[in-house]
Amino acid sequence: MNKKELNVVSTPLSHREGQGGGSTLFDKIWDRHIVQQVDDGPTQLYIERLYCHEVTSPQAFDGMRARGLKCFRPERIFCMPDHNTPTHDQDRPIADPVSKAQVDALERNAREFGLTYYGMLSPDNGIIHVVGPEKGLSLPGMTIVCGDSHTSTHGAMGAVAFGIGTTEVEQVLASQCILQQKPKSMRISINGRLGRGVTAKDVALYLMARLTTSGATGYFVEYAGDVVRQMSMEGRLTLCNLSIEMGARGGFIAPDDVTFDYLRGRDYAPKGDDWDRAMAYWRTLQSDDDAVFDRDLTFDAADIEPRITYGTNPGMGIGITGTIPAQGDASLSKALDYMQFQPGQSLLGTKVDYVFLGACTNGRIEDFRAFASVVRGRRKAEGVTAWLVPGSWAVDRQIRAEGLDGVLRAAGFEIRQPGCSACLAMNDDKVPAGCLCVSTSNRNFEGRQGPGSRTVLASPLTAAAAAVTGVITDPRTLI
Amino acid sequence: MKQKFDTITSTCVPLPLENVDTDQIIPARFLKATTREECFFGDNLFRDWRYRPDGTPNPDFVLNNPAYSGCILVAGKNFGSGSSREHAAWAIAGYGFRVVISSFFADIHRNNELNNFVLPVMVSESFLHELFDSIAADPGTQVCVDLPRQTVTNLATGHSEQFTINGYKKHCLMNGLDDIDFLVANQHKTIAWEYEDKIR
Repeated sequence: MNKKELNVVSTPLSHREGQGGGSTLFDKIWDRHIVQQVDDGPTQLYIERLYCHEVTSPQAFDGMRARGLKCFRPERIFCMPDHNTPTHDQDRPIADPVSKAQVDALERNAREFGLTYYGMLSPDNGIIHVVGPEKGLSLPGMTIVCGDSHTSTHGAMGAVAFGIGTTEVEQVLASQCILQQKPKSMRISINGRLGRGVTAKDVALYLMARLTTSGATGYFVEYAGDVVRQMSMEGRLTLCNLSIEMGARGGFIAPDDVTFDYLRGRDYAPKGDDWDRAMAYWRTLQSDDDAVFDRDLTFDAADIEPRITYGTNPGMGIGITGTIPAQGDASLSKALDYMQFQPGQSLLGTKVDYVFLGACTNGRIEDFRAFASVVRGRRKAEGVTAWLVPGSWAVDRQIRAEGLDGVLRAAGFEIRQPGCSACLAMNDDKVPAGCLCVSTSNRNFEGRQGPGSRTVLASPLTAAAAAVTGVITDPRTLI
Repeated sequence: MKQKFDTITSTCVPLPLENVDTDQIIPARFLKATTREECFFGDNLFRDWRYRPDGTPNPDFVLNNPAYSGCILVAGKNFGSGSSREHAAWAIAGYGFRVVISSFFADIHRNNELNNFVLPVMVSESFLHELFDSIAADPGTQVCVDLPRQTVTNLATGHSEQFTINGYKKHCLMNGLDDIDFLVANQHKTIAWEYEDKIR
């Protein structure tokens, strides 16, 4: 590479230099991590944490080997398989040889390059975006990446976290840096108080319907407002997880006492004097009162009821008591044709074949508590196949410690082993063609949960209601 | 595959659908590969639209229509939404496309295309619709994409537009260079940043 042909300036460049006004929290974290700014080009950004799973890393490691490189900062990189892992019989070799090869490749690569690896059945294993926060590996103020679009999840910790491609994973393995264009800033404030039975998942589904799947493309979102401040850590993880489904580069929430209480004592969180020093810094991680965002949107909690999707992208959704649009364009017709729904119809009472509780969106202990609260004392409906998949072995242990496994078993539900599972059906948890699944995951694209499968996205409460009635049901009628 | 990019003149393959997500470009079951063989991904581009469940080609899908060919894909807005899978860019490149024209690209996918020497060209809605009309009227319609001048021209109508691309990426595409060479060469700057961050 002929460096003379590129003008490279070393001075960190503030996005809104000379425009006046305070800085957003995104500016502060981004600017702090600038190594250099390439003239008429991207920013070289230091990445404090890289997560690797088995699907988007093999070619990156191959590239490193081909270049004869070692990882620049191996201690900052954590690897675990999650997409291919079966949710049963994890103590046996993976039956699908192609899945097995990919998981084995990650283990070999992690060992060869000296990276921390949590294999299947390791007590630390799980879905990467569940494990990172629960182990205290994702901290306020960090820059975090992974070859996975739901990396935005870690934004709930007050970090700048975003998804990248395999080539960019290789950049970080090689240099602990990435070249990125700085996105624009958007603040989404949700004020008021959520109604009974309305969860963080419903807030996210509502935002996706309002903004559409491209409405936040090019923006990094900061979530703010009463509703966000009142949300638990796990609710915030769910909200941030779905930022990509509006097209956002990432989405995050300024840290506060909810964040600090969640992190205190976790394995990789700072301890002792380091904790005190970290807290002092973390408390400064706020957007200035006079910060100016490129777009600033406000929503009212009173407008948000339990939500459900009807179409083939996450933005095609309605309130549970609403009706599918009666008129639309070719995209609507194509989607309704695939989903076997009619324009103008209500979804309540639609027969359900499968229910999936899990994924990096809703695979945590609060999601299992919510599901259990609806099914307690009731029975799984005949004809419904339910997959309950904890997001990690830590979540599984907590389910059992709280006795939720007993409640779920009594209602006719079994708990499976952790992994991404039916979210994208890379393992054998595939929804058969034509079947309708009420899913707590994040995408309802054509064929997402298996070729020909039909997905409606919903909260754990709504999924539980469907699981016991056998039809799409407003969860508020059961709680 | 690293390759130099200058000017391309080609017929186009039209996909007048909006919000084409990366699950459609390359379904999840093809992400299990551990290598980057472009032929494999190219063969499975738009797999579930291209082939019927029984494995026979779907005659209604544009890639199976011999009237359309070329190394330019023209797609409806919000192309590449959803999952970050770079495999989608590998599939597009593997099939043989060098350019994708649309009125809007999802961010991660756009970056993935650039990192794989596929040029995403963003045009106005009106240019895009006029191009779809030209191709529908004559499948032999050619488009010229001039990277040095950053122009895209519908050769049927003669209409041209400028497209944006930052100087750094343009330089990389024109010279077949990648980001990792740059980052490794600049490791001393990263070490300097780490030291400053520690003492901050």
